[in-house]
Amino acid sequence: MATDVTMPQLGESVTEGTIIKWLKKPGDKIAKYEPLCEVNTDKVNAEVPATVEGVLKEILISEGTTVEVGTVICRIETTESAAAEAPKETGASPEAKATAPVSADKDKRMKNRYSPAVLRLAQEHGIDLETVEGTGRGGRITRKDILRYLEERSKEKVSTPSETPTLVETVPVTEAPAAVSVPSSVQAPTTQAPSPIAVEPGDQTVPVSSVRRTIAQRMVTSKHEAPHAWTMVEVDVTGLVQLRERLKDEFKQREGINLTYLPFVIKAVADTLKEFPYLNAVWGGDSIVLKKRINISIAVATDDALYVPVIHDADEKNILGLAKAVHRLAEKTRAGKLTLDDMQGGTFTVNNTGSFGSIASQPIINYPQAAIMSVEAIVKRPVVVNNMIAIRDMVNLCLSLDHRILDGLTAGRFLQRVKERLESYGPDSQI
Amino acid sequence: MAVISYIDAVTQALREEMQRDEKVFILGEDVGVRGGVFQVTKGLIDEFGEARVLDTPLTESAIAGVAIGASVYGMRPVAEIQFADFIMPAVNQIVSEAAKMRYRSNGQWHCPLVIRAPYGGGVNGALYHSQSVEAMFNSVPGLKIVAPSTPYDVKGLLKAAIRDEDPVLFFEHKRCYRLIKGEVPEDDYTLPIGKADVKREGTDVTVISYGLTLHFALQAAEQLEQEGISVHVLDLRTLLPLDKEAIVEAAVKTGKVLVIHEDNKTGGVGGEVSAIIAEEALFDLDAPIQRLCGPDVPAMPYSPPLEKEFMLDVNKVKEAIRDLAHF
Repeated sequence: MATDVTMPQLGESVTEGTIIKWLKKPGDKIAKYEPLCEVNTDKVNAEVPATVEGVLKEILISEGTTVEVGTVICRIETTESAAAEAPKETGASPEAKATAPVSADKDKRMKNRYSPAVLRLAQEHGIDLETVEGTGRGGRITRKDILRYLEERSKEKVSTPSETPTLVETVPVTEAPAAVSVPSSVQAPTTQAPSPIAVEPGDQTVPVSSVRRTIAQRMVTSKHEAPHAWTMVEVDVTGLVQLRERLKDEFKQREGINLTYLPFVIKAVADTLKEFPYLNAVWGGDSIVLKKRINISIAVATDDALYVPVIHDADEKNILGLAKAVHRLAEKTRAGKLTLDDMQGGTFTVNNTGSFGSIASQPIINYPQAAIMSVEAIVKRPVVVNNMIAIRDMVNLCLSLDHRILDGLTAGRFLQRVKERLESYGPDSQI
Repeated sequence: MAVISYIDAVTQALREEMQRDEKVFILGEDVGVRGGVFQVTKGLIDEFGEARVLDTPLTESAIAGVAIGASVYGMRPVAEIQFADFIMPAVNQIVSEAAKMRYRSNGQWHCPLVIRAPYGGGVNGALYHSQSVEAMFNSVPGLKIVAPSTPYDVKGLLKAAIRDEDPVLFFEHKRCYRLIKGEVPEDDYTLPIGKADVKREGTDVTVISYGLTLHFALQAAEQLEQEGISVHVLDLRTLLPLDKEAIVEAAVKTGKVLVIHEDNKTGGVGGEVSAIIAEEALFDLDAPIQRLCGPDVPAMPYSPPLEKEFMLDVNKVKEAIRDLAHF
């Protein structure tokens, strides 16, 4: 009787192989385990050995042809076929059993049917399921396959240092109001394929939450897509500080919320954006979309995540309205009660990095917006005023911009106008 | 610790509770002079007298009714229904009186009573001596239903049932009576009603069962270990209320759940267990929840080959576990 020889599975993820060369021709006597042909796959080159002893009866797949794993490539007439009936039959059943797993391997119908457990684990750990070998029925990826995959992944060692862009970059740069620095060449995003990290005894592995993953993807997208340029101005807000000092107690009593500097900055930005529509814009590939509404995203950090809720139509609000909007969004963020509406539609981002004492930062643009401005800490500094040294309240405003949409000149002019607006406040200004 | 049989654990619990509390008494058909058809109550009439071990007429409605009345009056009756199959005439008393007493009297009255009943097949008992009736009572709030599988659980849970302030149905699998032996402490202990018990730890497939089929699961798990299949086995022990927390925990352990019981599939406890898992643990499931149960046929056949076909056994359980493990 004839025994089918199938394309073997050469390597775990290999699904097909190409016959390079037949080493035997029909009629040749074949010993068990003798090489029949050479096979090439995308992983290895190998010889296919005979599974039984006998005579090569026919070749079914010609040289140069690529076939799926499990396809019958030739038939061997076994030596036992000449022998008596009884031994032939007993000999046949183990063969049938031996070939069964091969045909089962070929069955991949369940490969892309994912159970809730598998999907959840894949999402939680950022696993590309296409890269996981399924050991379940029909090639299904089981929960155990995922757990095994994770175990192996955590064992892998670093071969090269990770080149993933970092999420926060706070780079001190010397002051250069109109000059912009162009970031070095951009790397491809690497969020999909996690780079191997050495986990040593005592290290703690924290699973990446979905919020963290979203932040990571957005940051990488922004850094990858938008060529960031950066500039900074320093602003004398002595008048504003005096104004706030005068108003804050009464404001707190009347409105029930603290009067901070942020609403003043947002107002200065919103008003200035009307003069510079290119800063209130998004990159649309073959066009630049200048947004009509001025919706200011504000960065609100919680312990483990960063959100950018939006103050819609910020240009229509006064200081009180902005203060209330900031307060409401901050409260909602901390309570985890932000709605989709709170998160959508931002056209420009203001980031209050001064709240944690920073004096210069290089924010990543809230993609696909054109620019992001961070407000640094207000500090008292000796400053030359009218050729005299004075103690003034100074603050740095840092701007990252998408250099596809904007150039340094526009950005510099924008910052100058924001600066003028903030410096125009005095102790007796009306708000 | 002494190794005793399942049935001896029942007797031991009864004797100890009767010694401990003189309000505890037994009533049922042939429980006195005859010592019970299975000899569960053997010797108790000699020890405690016929005032505390009552031979009743062949009237299950009266057995349940008398027990309910006595319990409301402050006694602690343990009523025996000779075979669970015979409980039907007492259903009205159990469901409409015992289960509702506390509720309809606004907590003024309650029924601290236990109704014991041997259930299940595998003893050539044919249709009137083999039924599993637990599912019929499992949707009745106000009842507690206990169905232990080991001698240790029998003693601890029967004592807890007798001390419980509300009605408890205590189902003993009659095939387990002399088949299952295990270590049982000689001292006084109780086990909490409403708590399931992990009888074996495993990682591939979770089996949730109770009674005789639990032992099939444990044996199957033992044998499948050699095939590299690791089986987690949860013994429900109490069917009402179900231990939701333990069920979900066991399901999450492997993501593949097989619920096994001898009672027929339709409307069985397995459906409720499956629903709990579906409600609470969807995102931990790695396979459809499976049930392996008795067939939906009216009764246990008398013919031995047909009874064998009806009953679950180690091989049927093994096959079902293997199938799920390979999914």
